[in-house]
Amino acid sequence: MTSITPPAATRPPIAQTGPLAWARKNLFSDWFNSILTVVVASVLLWSGWGLVTWIFSKAQWPVVENNLGFMMTGLYPQAQYWRMWIIMGLIVTLSGLSWGILGRNQQYLFGRSVLIGIGAIAAAVILFPLTRPHSPILFGMVALTVATAWVGQQAGKRLPALSNWLAAGWFLVYIASIWLIGGGLGILAPVRTENWGGLVLTLLMAVTGIALCFPFGIALAIGRRSELPIVQSLSVAYIELVRGVPLITILVMGQVMIPLFLPEGVRPDRILRAIIALTIFSSAYLAENVRAGLQSVPRGQSEASVSLGLNKPLTLILIVLPQALKTAIPAIVGQFISLFQDTTLLAPLGLLELLGMANTALSNPNYLGRYAEAYAFIGVLYWFFCYAMALGSRKLEQQLNTTH
Amino acid sequence: MTQPQAGTMRDSQPVNEPVIIAQDVEKWYDNNFHVLRGVSLTVNKGEVVVVMGPSGSGKSTFIRTFNALEPYQKGTIDIDGIRISHDLKNIETIRREVGMVFQQFNLFPHLTVLKNVTLAPIWVRRWPKAKAEEVAMTLLERVGILEQANKYPGQLSGGQQQRVAIARALAMQPKIMLFDEPTSALDPEMVREVLDAMRTLAAEGMTMVCVTHEVGFAREVADRVVLMADGVLVEEATPEEFFNNPKEERSRKFLSQIL
Ligand SMILES: Nc1ncnc2c1ncn2[C@@H]1O[C@H](COP(=O)(O)OP(=O)(O)OP(=O)(O)O)[C@@H](O)[C@H]1O
Ligand SMILES: [Mg+2]
Repeated sequence: MTSITPPAATRPPIAQTGPLAWARKNLFSDWFNSILTVVVASVLLWSGWGLVTWIFSKAQWPVVENNLGFMMTGLYPQAQYWRMWIIMGLIVTLSGLSWGILGRNQQYLFGRSVLIGIGAIAAAVILFPLTRPHSPILFGMVALTVATAWVGQQAGKRLPALSNWLAAGWFLVYIASIWLIGGGLGILAPVRTENWGGLVLTLLMAVTGIALCFPFGIALAIGRRSELPIVQSLSVAYIELVRGVPLITILVMGQVMIPLFLPEGVRPDRILRAIIALTIFSSAYLAENVRAGLQSVPRGQSEASVSLGLNKPLTLILIVLPQALKTAIPAIVGQFISLFQDTTLLAPLGLLELLGMANTALSNPNYLGRYAEAYAFIGVLYWFFCYAMALGSRKLEQQLNTTH
Repeated sequence: MTQPQAGTMRDSQPVNEPVIIAQDVEKWYDNNFHVLRGVSLTVNKGEVVVVMGPSGSGKSTFIRTFNALEPYQKGTIDIDGIRISHDLKNIETIRREVGMVFQQFNLFPHLTVLKNVTLAPIWVRRWPKAKAEEVAMTLLERVGILEQANKYPGQLSGGQQQRVAIARALAMQPKIMLFDEPTSALDPEMVREVLDAMRTLAAEGMTMVCVTHEVGFAREVADRVVLMADGVLVEEATPEEFFNNPKEERSRKFLSQIL
């Protein structure tokens, strides 16, 4: 028998690289694509140029500049703005620590793209006219992120168990933030909720709503698949009832109708009512997302689990739910993003969150008709937070991917 | 009842002590499809019984009644002296003593191999993590997967996954092991490694009920072969008799199709 010599190990063929090769392959592969590229590029250039000239010459930014404090914090007393900076510092610190601890096994925490990103933010903070009054503090925040990320990585390498405490840390920061905003405990002067507003209120409502609707949504999804007929029909009734009603109706009920029924003393605060309404609404949709996830877990998984002797609750918690949530991540985060944007529906109901504050600023005769500037500004803010959520969801999906 | 020529590679011979007694088991799917029509089978401690039969004859359904994955409507099943009833406590006790290996492996994809194996001992047997991991490592070594302990199931070949599934079931230290076509979803070159693991297990005296069409395995390892067709046990014989000299027409027809 002749032996066949295996071919010598080779490298994969080197890809045709360079911008020219890339452009030829992706933009000008045939005449149709070439025309398409030229047309699309001209439209993009033309509208991009329009946008740039608008931003730098036509737009009048004082509506944003002079109302920045209002848009960020509403009618919060200016003498207490320092509390907001402390909250920001807490969030930045814990973000940095979380980043470092979760990325403790990465060789370079600050890879090239991350460094470019940090540099860009730092430069913007210093150069951007809007933020210039606060650039020392903001620059400090950027530095704090980098420093705490490094500390987090070093600490995480020595004490991997730290990652189990991050959730508790975030919960503490949440409680501390509410205390800082509202004051109390005899230490900080109280600030009435009528004065909470702007971006801070938007974030507060969104974060609380998200944190509440997540467990409720899961419970409803499990209830819907329950073998107990009462639990099942109650869950179905709730989900279908809420999904059949527009969000604005639920919000109006919370803001306008409940006060008609309840006397002043026992009436929950209007911010709380708004959060409850958002949670009621989002839980129903989240439940359907989670249910789709639950259905995607093959029956063999729970069969294998119970045949090992695990009971039904353990099977659900340890085997089915983790897989269901993992598949449902994109849909769940989509729901979170919706909830975040849905907070804007509270503006017409008189709750001065970010959009409400922008509208208030626009009602000042000095800024008559400066809608484009104000809405462009808050639009960028909304985009920033929603994009951050989308990015986080993608990272989480990558991290949980166990098939490769 | 055990023929000396069967199971010659066994260290321990089955003793006459029934651990599975199924009597006149009947089952309907959706109240109309009569899938098991009065099946009786007794399996003694340390015995290896191979169940064969055409597709759709009810083999899977039958062995899945042994750990209450499928309820049955008539007859009785006793596992190690415990009657399978609607009592949840009983069912959980039985499942702790009966391991099962599935055709599709059914490993938990979100857990590492090691966690797959230690999960039930930790949560059901309440072993400390260290003990569960020690036992798991011994088992993984026995089935030849030790190096893969920290990988995820999706990173293993089918044969490796099925061996992990065997280790996972064994980690609960069951008295009985059920196999439902453990090699049918595998590429041919991986069948052997799984059968080898099962052979070792049989040699150590495990009580096993295997649905399989691996004739070589049945000839070599089984104490008895039973043929199931249309929800009844048609023939029950030693592998020698069953493959060389089947009594029933139905068995001859089945063998002519698979041999
Ligand atoms: N959940 C179910 N509901 C209704 N009918 C079912 C269900 N599961 C199985 N059956 C039917 O019961 C019969 C027996 O199925 P079973 O899976 O036990 O057969 P099997 O002998 O294991 O076949 P195979 O060799 O193909 O695995 C088949 O006709 C099947 O279609
Ligand atoms: Mg089957």
